[in-house]
Amino acid sequence: MKVTPYGVRGSLAAPGPATARYGGNTSCVRVTGPDGTVLVLDAGTGIRALALELPTTLSRVDVLLTHLHMDHIIGLGFFGPLYNSVMEVHIWGPASATLSLEARLRRYLAPPLFPVLLRDLPCRLELHHTGRSRFSIGPFQIRAARVCHPGPTVGYRIETETSSLAYLPDHEPALGTRRFPVDPEWTSGFELAHDVDLLLHDAQYTREEYPGHAGWGHSTMHDALAFGQLAGVKHLAPFHHDPGRDDAALEKALDAAVAEVKPDFPVTPAAEGRSFDLGSA
Amino acid sequence: MATKTAQQSVEMILVRQLASYLFVPVLVIDTTGTVLFYNEPAERILGVRFEETGRIDREEVDRLVELSDDPNASSEDLERPLETALQQRRPVHARRWLLRRADRVRLQVELTVFPIIDHEERLLGAMAMFWEHHGA
Repeated sequence: MKVTPYGVRGSLAAPGPATARYGGNTSCVRVTGPDGTVLVLDAGTGIRALALELPTTLSRVDVLLTHLHMDHIIGLGFFGPLYNSVMEVHIWGPASATLSLEARLRRYLAPPLFPVLLRDLPCRLELHHTGRSRFSIGPFQIRAARVCHPGPTVGYRIETETSSLAYLPDHEPALGTRRFPVDPEWTSGFELAHDVDLLLHDAQYTREEYPGHAGWGHSTMHDALAFGQLAGVKHLAPFHHDPGRDDAALEKALDAAVAEVKPDFPVTPAAEGRSFDLGSA
Repeated sequence: MATKTAQQSVEMILVRQLASYLFVPVLVIDTTGTVLFYNEPAERILGVRFEETGRIDREEVDRLVELSDDPNASSEDLERPLETALQQRRPVHARRWLLRRADRVRLQVELTVFPIIDHEERLLGAMAMFWEHHGA
């Protein structure tokens, strides 16, 4: 599979020259299968550009939402395939205890926040609840599971016959632990990330910043590295970069964390347009 | 993707983490009645340390402590409140005498057990909290 980020920024879009190297768009990743099947992971501001690069022959696209915080859905209303009557669009994401996925999405895709109603979109739209589930899309075997982040939030493990990806863009597995990492049995997200070829994982904060943000649902760079070590991942792409951190500061902070933790896998900060080719596909 | 022990759900992970911060003795229990975790205050109630025992199954809990309605009676184990919480999916609150078998110390406690149910109405386990009556 080929994995291409179109948005790697957390919380709020941060465009501009200071963030041009990694990009200022919020969470959105394209995953392309060996047969051309396209998955879109989250619908942050990066999804607009992603849609522009989809093959014109594509007739179905699946959008997998981890959760419905604004930075992960704000681009949804600007996703071109939703306005294409011959396109089949499937949106997967978590419901809450009292509201369906559709009811939750309608809170954004309706006035006054957005002029177009969900029900008026011309595409053939299907919504699917993903709480704790396994499902297949084309060549992809997908597993969703709840992870530690405020509100209903899932992470995804996506596998083909030859490759595997874990996507945990908003994740705070160290929350409440006195030391991290702990036993895999008691680590949120462990099974999703175990032994994957590539892990895209939240690394929003530095260790110094974390105490003021504990419980906000995000990880430090050190904890992302430690989580990757625990899960035995083969490659880590730190993700959900803090909007207040420019390219130079991001590299400096990540380099320092890597030098300290010394992970036994490569670490490549996620950047818009920088693809990862996994397996033979 | 086989692991030695399957990862707990995030809900149970958070319950354990909450328990580890509380002053009240807490047991975190799965749907079979196995105690997955107990916090430091519960170590004092049970008379054993979690670091030494790890998880403990139902039979072992019954060997450690005994609960009864009557200080002079023996033998009502943890079963009733816990089973009610798990089988009927409702909270249970009861006053009991707890006998710590190892040193025969008897404590008067109130016991609150409530089921842990996730967003999809899946029963994940239960949380048992002991409220000790000092000087009872």
